[in-house]
Amino acid sequence: MPSVEEHLAFFYGARPKEGQAGHDTFADFDIGVFTASGIRRFWRPQARFFLDDAEPFLPLPADQAAPLFEWGLNWCMASRPLGYLAVHAAVVARGDRALLLPGFPGAGKSTLCSSLVFLGGWRLLSDELALLDPASGLIHPHPRPINLKNRSIDLVAAFPGAALGPRYLDTRKGTIALATPPAESVKAAEDPARCLWVVFPTFVSDGESWCEEVSRAESFALIAEQSFNKDRMGEVGFKALCAMLEGARCFQIGYRSTEEALGLVDQICRESP
Amino acid sequence: MPPPAADRLIRILQAPHEAARLSLGQWEQLVSVARGGNVVGTLGERLALAGVAVPENVDRHLVGAVQLSQRQRESVRWEAHQLGRALRHLDIPVVLLKGSAYVLGDVPVSRGRLFGDIDILVPRDSLGDVEVAMMAGGWTSAKQNAYDQRYYRQWMHELPPMVNVRRGTVLDIHHTLLPLTSRYHPDPQKLFAASLELPGLAPLRIPSPLDLIIHSITHLFHEGEFHNGLRDLTDIDGLIRHFADSIPDFWSALLARAGELQLSPPLFLGLHFASRLLGTPIPAAVLARAAAAGAPGPVTFRLLDGLLGQALLPMHPDCDSAFTPTARWLLYVRAHWLRMPPHLLAMHLGRKAWMGVFPEVAKDSRPAEPGLP
Repeated sequence: MPSVEEHLAFFYGARPKEGQAGHDTFADFDIGVFTASGIRRFWRPQARFFLDDAEPFLPLPADQAAPLFEWGLNWCMASRPLGYLAVHAAVVARGDRALLLPGFPGAGKSTLCSSLVFLGGWRLLSDELALLDPASGLIHPHPRPINLKNRSIDLVAAFPGAALGPRYLDTRKGTIALATPPAESVKAAEDPARCLWVVFPTFVSDGESWCEEVSRAESFALIAEQSFNKDRMGEVGFKALCAMLEGARCFQIGYRSTEEALGLVDQICRESP
Repeated sequence: MPPPAADRLIRILQAPHEAARLSLGQWEQLVSVARGGNVVGTLGERLALAGVAVPENVDRHLVGAVQLSQRQRESVRWEAHQLGRALRHLDIPVVLLKGSAYVLGDVPVSRGRLFGDIDILVPRDSLGDVEVAMMAGGWTSAKQNAYDQRYYRQWMHELPPMVNVRRGTVLDIHHTLLPLTSRYHPDPQKLFAASLELPGLAPLRIPSPLDLIIHSITHLFHEGEFHNGLRDLTDIDGLIRHFADSIPDFWSALLARAGELQLSPPLFLGLHFASRLLGTPIPAAVLARAAAAGAPGPVTFRLLDGLLGQALLPMHPDCDSAFTPTARWLLYVRAHWLRMPPHLLAMHLGRKAWMGVFPEVAKDSRPAEPGLP
């Protein structure tokens, strides 16, 4: 679909492939996003997502084809067994020292992740999906467009260096837009990082901001709840998460504004290097 | 001769070293075709065992599948343990079938295999007690529709599948080897009598090696859908290779046992396709004896040979011919034909077609919201 091609060109710098002949590469996922045929070409047109020849989701309105591609790709990474423990979390890093922000709904994970990346100078590993390699204990980056919802769109659009794609109105998540990951993050896409800090963010509308350390056991339970494949990974996944937390310190923070959140994260990283 | 993509997969499963020369594009096709046949874990396991160097980005997919298989085998053991606990007080034999029997019996084909559900066989007169005990143990019926319930209970060889409410695992409870309405009537008592105890897991048992092979073959060749066709044929190949050398006078014993169970016709098909598609080492004299005991007439045989030769290949565009959809549809009808007398079959297919057009509940179980699972 043309909108998906534009999306790929804008966010990935990719051009549509000129035929398949002679290609000698290995693709992790064989994905297609197509216009629905028949009456759906004209009447409320739809976009359909395919992995191999299976269609794992119901179609969406055709103007949401590009977000459908992004959501579908996340789904592919979380559901196909690739040997990684997949956790619903944003991950950012300074060099090879990573900070994990597990994703509880409404915690402001993607806004905080964007602030750290565009204002705090952190490198983006992922805004949605932490991929922990059990063998090395490292988190593997896949810096892709950052998902923004509703009010966070205007907030992030004003950050220096942030480039946003088109806005998609009336999706199931409300209005959404995607922001390009910083070029340095993309350049370092092959450099994994070790998790040193885990921060569970909470957005508070009134009262004081706060920060308290959480035990590793409690963090384990909270992160496990946010894992997509811990059960499927069995003992390997269990041990990988234990090992990751062995080397990390975990905090819960409550913040009222972006500045406060950045300040709290800075403080955590300075005090527990 | 299977299409090149399927042929390469089959050759590499038997001789993993042939993978050493693949280009990245060929690896992509190999993994994708293996996924279509549900043998990607087996492929990973055999490549690793042979020490073949696999490019790193390809290996992620193979290692992931091998790990998933490892985890599923642990789950199957745990599920068996729970099953044993739920059914112990009934004082009946409970025989694990297919995948779960390979795992608990430590048969090499279980390595790398990916599982769907767990199949067990219980005596028919204890079905009611088994169902009650299962419900008390946390399983519930997965089919709530009245027609589906009747379909299973009156005509089939199993209860409607049961799901464990906490673990989500699916259990198929069989009480005969083939549907009640089917044309063959193997006596399940014979399978119970020859079955082997699983130490520490009473009342669970596994079929004797010969029965394990014959049942796996029978199951595959009465199927109407072949999503796992290549996986199941690979199981049969692996079982034969594993047991052929360890059982004295294996081939004669296998043919005789199939005769006792009235299952010579499926055994013939199983041996024929294992040999033809996977190159399972079966002596020509054995194939001839199996044919004499169970081959269909020449016309039926030529037809089945064409249809199954297509349908047992991976479900993948690179393996399909223009004729594949027709072959799959004909085999779907054949499976029902084997299962039911013609008047029931006509009624059942009519009913299914009606429900396809006018579903009682228009329900699509796929998530409406694409995104993370």
